[in-house]
Amino acid sequence: MTIDLLPPIGSGRQAVPRKLTSVRERSDRVFHGAAGAIGMVVLAVTAGIGLYLGYQAIPTLRHYGLSFFTQTQWLPELDRIGIAAVLVGTAEVALVAMVVSFPLALGLALFVSDYAPKWTKSWLVSAVDLMAAVPSIVYGLWGFFLLQPHAILVARWLSQYLGWIPIFQVGTDPNAAVWQQSRYTSSVFIAGLAVAMMTIPLATAVMRAVFDQAPIGEREAAMALGGTRFGVARTVVLPFGKGGIIGGTMLALGRALGETAAVLIIISPEYIIKPRILEAGTQTVSALIAGNFGNATKSQLTALLAAGFVLFVITLAVNSAAAVIIRRSRSGLATEA
Amino acid sequence: MSATTTLEGVATLEEHADAPGGAAQAPGGDAVEASGGSPEAPKSPPVAKRRPRRVRALTLDDWLSLGGSVLASFALLYVGYLHLLDLSGTVGFLVCWYFVFLAVYGVVVAIANPRHIVVERLVAATLYLVAALVIFALASTVVYTFVEGWPAFRHLNFFTHDMAGVSTSAPLSQGGILHAIVGTLIMVGIAVVVAVPLGIGTAVYMTEVRGPGSHLIRTVVEAMTALSDILAGLFVYALLVVGFGLGKTGLAAAIAIAVTMLPLVARASEVALRIVPGSLRQASEALGATHWKTTWKVVLPSARAGLVTAGILAIARGIGETAVVLVTTGATSFFNANPVSEPMTSLPLFIFTAYQTHQPEALKRGFGAASVLLAMVLLLFVVARWIVRDKSGGERSRLLIVQRLFVRNVDDGETEQ
Repeated sequence: MTIDLLPPIGSGRQAVPRKLTSVRERSDRVFHGAAGAIGMVVLAVTAGIGLYLGYQAIPTLRHYGLSFFTQTQWLPELDRIGIAAVLVGTAEVALVAMVVSFPLALGLALFVSDYAPKWTKSWLVSAVDLMAAVPSIVYGLWGFFLLQPHAILVARWLSQYLGWIPIFQVGTDPNAAVWQQSRYTSSVFIAGLAVAMMTIPLATAVMRAVFDQAPIGEREAAMALGGTRFGVARTVVLPFGKGGIIGGTMLALGRALGETAAVLIIISPEYIIKPRILEAGTQTVSALIAGNFGNATKSQLTALLAAGFVLFVITLAVNSAAAVIIRRSRSGLATEA
Repeated sequence: MSATTTLEGVATLEEHADAPGGAAQAPGGDAVEASGGSPEAPKSPPVAKRRPRRVRALTLDDWLSLGGSVLASFALLYVGYLHLLDLSGTVGFLVCWYFVFLAVYGVVVAIANPRHIVVERLVAATLYLVAALVIFALASTVVYTFVEGWPAFRHLNFFTHDMAGVSTSAPLSQGGILHAIVGTLIMVGIAVVVAVPLGIGTAVYMTEVRGPGSHLIRTVVEAMTALSDILAGLFVYALLVVGFGLGKTGLAAAIAIAVTMLPLVARASEVALRIVPGSLRQASEALGATHWKTTWKVVLPSARAGLVTAGILAIARGIGETAVVLVTTGATSFFNANPVSEPMTSLPLFIFTAYQTHQPEALKRGFGAASVLLAMVLLLFVVARWIVRDKSGGERSRLLIVQRLFVRNVDDGETEQ
């Protein structure tokens, strides 16, 4: 016995969703076209920086080859050009800035999100934003004239008691009765402190934004279980904000690597690979460019552009990594209905 | 006696409840003693009279242990640091004071509290110190700049003259920074006119139009936000100043400033546009408005506060650009209001060149210029804050906008008939 079954729906002819076509009005087509054009212009300009620097770097990199990355001296007259020392100096300044600013930024972000009395919160947020808005040259003056006289005392103390660690060595006797103050000025350490003033607000802002998004339910649950504020921070806020902490720090690192004006004011240029961060003299890529472009010939300019390209690639890598980490850490940022 | 036990029960309960906040309630104990002695206590239990306890408020006990620890650690250090160990140095004293304070405070709190409260207090003390330290650093920057800049402010010619023909070592009664102020205003003005429409347009393309490549644009713009400003300056210098022979002019600097501003404006306005609720867009489209009308009349006005803030923060950043201006235009001592010919100096560049001379009078002028610069940034900042603060008004105006759009459409329909 057979049962007659209806043929399955759509077996005869393939069910194809109907094509929906919508024709925009003319005003919308113009609007979309114009917005697209603006977007493309901005893309061209921003991406153009990288492409142009890369294009200009080719002759220099071809001329000097690998020695561009291993040579420490920057002597265009003798055709000896390399960025080894400059890259190390850049990394050192950025690292000092990070070591100083990371705990401060993390503490400040946590303070603002969890500890600060309610009425101070908006003021603290404004203060952090203001700190980000202060021009870097003002921080440079502050670092050179106000901070440096105090910082060299700390530097001397560090070299007196921790001088056996190579990075805290200074090429002078720290215990001398009349100590050579000039050996402690214009160092990586002081430049790093001034740069930290610029990275703290950046990192704090990112971290705080993520901490504020920590789920309120979990916060209250931790509180209800008898947790202290620190308990809540340790078990809810910090694990939730891990991505923000890492991302904000990397964003700050990107900023620290490229900082120019403050570093240019504070350091005295010296082209040697120097692990001694308390000692006078160092150089960074951005300060190298700012200090040397003025009397550069055409070929020297391409060398500077090549140095700039290397800095560009490094900061781009750091920033992109930071952007990816931050984006993964937060969800529901857009309130799309 | 029964009243006393109840009260004690309440007091212990409260202590338990307080444990997370870390406040051992002293008033409860006081109340027990007071009511225990008086006969009419059961009639009016003081529990009912008491105001609601403030959560997280520090009790007298907490304040005393905190203040006592501060004083004790100071006294300990005064004797130990300055006299026994014969050390010196303000920074060292402050650092040691902090650690001794933490130790003393930890011990004092541990007398009456469990361990997790001790940790909580020590962390809180550390975080308060971190906040104070950062605020102090910021305040010292602002105050120091203004204090050092004050001598220059007392000379009116500082604001009305340029430095043409005036030696950098000349006293403050000669010369001024008018050329740098005007230069900054012109450069940043041009940069804003270029960068803000482009930035907002890009943000519109990324969030509203979502056309092809918007994801790529977002990625590139995001990556460029923290790009070193000197690279933008070098790009403009090599391409426009040297390449196209534009020369070191104010226009070149303005374009370079605009390039550094662009990612900032685009990114900040994108954030501002993204927090506009999607329901507003849908409401507008459902009423039959075109996409253009929705964007122009609903989305952009709703995000107005955020967009203005984005612009102002970008201006604040642009005003302070040093490296970019240093690369693209030369420092001049004379007044020049023409951006397309001759170099034009700006305030940060003036400060930098003044610093380079290392002469006391030039430095005073430099600090004076830094004060003007900082005052401009502060002013912009206050304006931005004031705009953002008008949140409730923004909410209301957003509603009004949707209503107006609706009413306008009805009106249009009526007039057409």
